[in-house]
Amino acid sequence: MRIEINGKPATTRSATLAELIDEQGFDAASVATAVDGVFVPKGLRPRTPLAEGSKVEVLSPMQGG
Amino acid sequence: MFYGTDLTCRLMLGTAQYPSPAVLREAIAASGVEVITMSLRREGPDGAAFRDLLAQSGCRILPNTAGCQTASEAVTTAHMARELFGTPWIKLEVTGHADTLQPDPFALVEAARILCADGFAVFPYTTEDLILGEKLVEAGCKVLMPWGAPIGSGRGLRNIDGLRAMRAHFRDIPLVIDAGIGAPSQAAQAMEMGFDAVLANTAVARAVDPVAMAAAFAKAVAAGYEAFRAGLMPPRDMAVASTPILGMAALS
Repeated sequence: MRIEINGKPATTRSATLAELIDEQGFDAASVATAVDGVFVPKGLRPRTPLAEGSKVEVLSPMQGG
Repeated sequence: MFYGTDLTCRLMLGTAQYPSPAVLREAIAASGVEVITMSLRREGPDGAAFRDLLAQSGCRILPNTAGCQTASEAVTTAHMARELFGTPWIKLEVTGHADTLQPDPFALVEAARILCADGFAVFPYTTEDLILGEKLVEAGCKVLMPWGAPIGSGRGLRNIDGLRAMRAHFRDIPLVIDAGIGAPSQAAQAMEMGFDAVLANTAVARAVDPVAMAAAFAKAVAAGYEAFRAGLMPPRDMAVASTPILGMAALS
């Protein structure tokens, strides 16, 4: 299935957001996630299915003013 | 004072644009700030180093929604920040244009209403407009963060009269001057006018010596606050001799 992670095209076998986070090597505890512009809390990642074309954002704390 | 939290140091520090994470860490230590702002971004090369710094700073984190141009983007970002930073505090920025970075008052109020109702402690980045301020307070904001000047411009308090009116109008709402502060003297001026705190970033990060500048800002903010509490004399247009005339010799 082809999706987008942080704006870049990617191919994945993960069925859920939780699997994708693991598969892509993110530290699951230190990122926040959204799918198609909607926040997905940590606890809901295993129950959040991915679909063809899903746009996934995986964000971390960064410098800011 | 800020959603039930009192601050000893009334300077807040942004964490962007420093020459290195080490310099940022030293600047935080040198200024004694208790609140630092951060953002949420796609994981970059220095992400891990930054997370370590964050953990060691001992500061309260004020995450921002910088870059968001719609209420829904800002609300989603706020939710992500709350989970990641473990705080209900959110510096709500909804800008109307990528170049001016001016707050979009309509989207700002919309996002503030949604987030306040959802239990967030919202610090809205706003203008000195009184009606907008009232709408934000009605939405549930217990702090307002008016701009001094456009973000990163270093122009100081560009509309002194408007800011003074805002201070007078919102007597019981903590007001933090956010954005546009370029020099410690400008920060001191804001504090002398009775503002509750000042947030600085670019002026510190882009200084030749950011660590020394962070300390200078902290001192200026503390001095301005003390001066406000001491009560400034009213200005006069004409000279008034400070040395007594009584007892002066007749020498002519």
